[in-house]
Amino acid sequence: MKLNRQIKDNFAGYLFLLPWLIGLFCFTAFPMLASLLLSFTDYDMITTPKWTGLDNYISLFLDKRFYKSLGVTFRFVFISVPLQLAFALLVAVILKRNRRGTRIYRAIYYLPSLFGGSVAVAILWKQLFNKEGVLNQFLKLFHIEGKNWIAEPGSALNTLIVLAIWQFGSSMVIFLASLKQIPMDYYDAASIDGAGKAAQFFRITLPLLTPMVFFNIVMQFINSFQSFTSAYVVSGGSGGPLDSTLLYSLYLYITGFQQFDMGYASAMAWILLLIIGAVTGLLFLSAKKWVYYD
Amino acid sequence: MVKSKISKGIKVIMPHVLIIFFGLIMLYPLLWMVSSSLKESTEIFNSDHFLPTKITFSNYIQGWKGMMGVPFAKFFGNSFIIVVFSILGNVCSALLTGYAFSKLQFKLKKFWYVIMLGTMMLPSHVKLIPTYVVFNKLGWINTFKPMIIPTFFATNGFFVFLMTQYMRGLPKEIGEAARCDGCGPFNIFLRIIVPLSVPVITTTSIFTFIWTWNDFFTQNIYLSKVPLYTVSIALRQFTDAMGHSSWGAMFAMSTLSLIPLLVMFIAFQKYLVEGITAGSIKG
Repeated sequence: MKLNRQIKDNFAGYLFLLPWLIGLFCFTAFPMLASLLLSFTDYDMITTPKWTGLDNYISLFLDKRFYKSLGVTFRFVFISVPLQLAFALLVAVILKRNRRGTRIYRAIYYLPSLFGGSVAVAILWKQLFNKEGVLNQFLKLFHIEGKNWIAEPGSALNTLIVLAIWQFGSSMVIFLASLKQIPMDYYDAASIDGAGKAAQFFRITLPLLTPMVFFNIVMQFINSFQSFTSAYVVSGGSGGPLDSTLLYSLYLYITGFQQFDMGYASAMAWILLLIIGAVTGLLFLSAKKWVYYD
Repeated sequence: MVKSKISKGIKVIMPHVLIIFFGLIMLYPLLWMVSSSLKESTEIFNSDHFLPTKITFSNYIQGWKGMMGVPFAKFFGNSFIIVVFSILGNVCSALLTGYAFSKLQFKLKKFWYVIMLGTMMLPSHVKLIPTYVVFNKLGWINTFKPMIIPTFFATNGFFVFLMTQYMRGLPKEIGEAARCDGCGPFNIFLRIIVPLSVPVITTTSIFTFIWTWNDFFTQNIYLSKVPLYTVSIALRQFTDAMGHSSWGAMFAMSTLSLIPLLVMFIAFQKYLVEGITAGSIKG
């Protein structure tokens, strides 16, 4: 009787799990394995893949553009993620207090996150930092002759970083929700002990928020390493000028879908997986040092 | 006395002034785009006025004509088709999977759940190329299938996670009472769990809407025929197809493309916030 029940339970469980299991094997496990195999081949989508061993990986380590795109991506990720989270935290602390209109304020600061990933905003960005763009119109008020920020290798990536930081809204929403969970008693007690606002922030708010900060850092890092649309649209699909906006995803796209070098692109994808894995791993290791769990 | 009242007033008002001021700076690019879309093309880059001197809808009329004989309405229609079917796919598949992970007992459940969480952190690039090759062999290029079919197999772990978390929070007694009345897991799922899951279904739908609407990478890879273009691809192609004179039309269509997102946001703000925070707070 009991055994019968167990079999029934297992049957029902796996029946409900079936769509996901099929998806896991067809759309995740199989493609992953296949891309690992393809990364050891020369494949152009027309002729059959030719086994070339480690050739793709060796070429990658000699590929100057690969290093360039790695550098661009690291700069993009390591500047935009911390700044984005810093803004998110700052604004969340300011908007935590229930003032009149707080709901509208929160909505205003969230909106860029909602729109930011779209092609429309990427196109807009291209215009903002153009020679005749909004930024230069503003600088003109101070009689500063602005350059074409998008076309200069020194500044093109920075415009994308600004775009990424601009979208701090969803992290802000997470911080707001966790700020609400901090008991007011803590602050009351601290005030009685004579702790100022700044001390309260650094001694109470920040430590209690570290698990959330950690969660946000991990998620944002993973997403940020895969950024594509803004760089693609702003640079017109080239990653220019002078590869200065050649984010890793963009280089992978160019390799796979413009040069149809599918083997090489697969090798790049696996390197990306290793990099993201390594960075995430390091973050988790560092967590023991600074994340506060009560 | 009066002085302290004034300084108190300033203390109350100052934060509002600052919040609104920086909020306007944040929104300025978007406002500028909307304003530009209502200007004459010649005025967009040459005027010092933020507001158009004369409001014109000619940019909207010109942009709505689309490109290569395909009206922009078609691109909106295509995006909506993909969105609707993706919502259907994500909701159905995530409901089933979430129910299994939260309410059913079966062997290796923990193992599969950990795998599921792992897939959430996987960069999509490692699946990209073989997926493309296979879809190509199946003749799915230039159809909506590559965007839609995978959603029916719960390929987005975030939604499975969302559903599992939510259903775990549903009281155990409900299912047990039904079980005593002779209801099997299928009846419990259909008659009790699904009706109780309306909030999380809404959240799933909204996020699917936003992500699918904003998606460019996947759509751009699989769709290359103009009549199949989505809003994202069409906008991107606009920048190539049109010259400097058509920025007005470009901004007009960009503005239109953001309106569905804004409507979703205003209508479902609560569910959106729940979705953003669900993973981080409860998990």
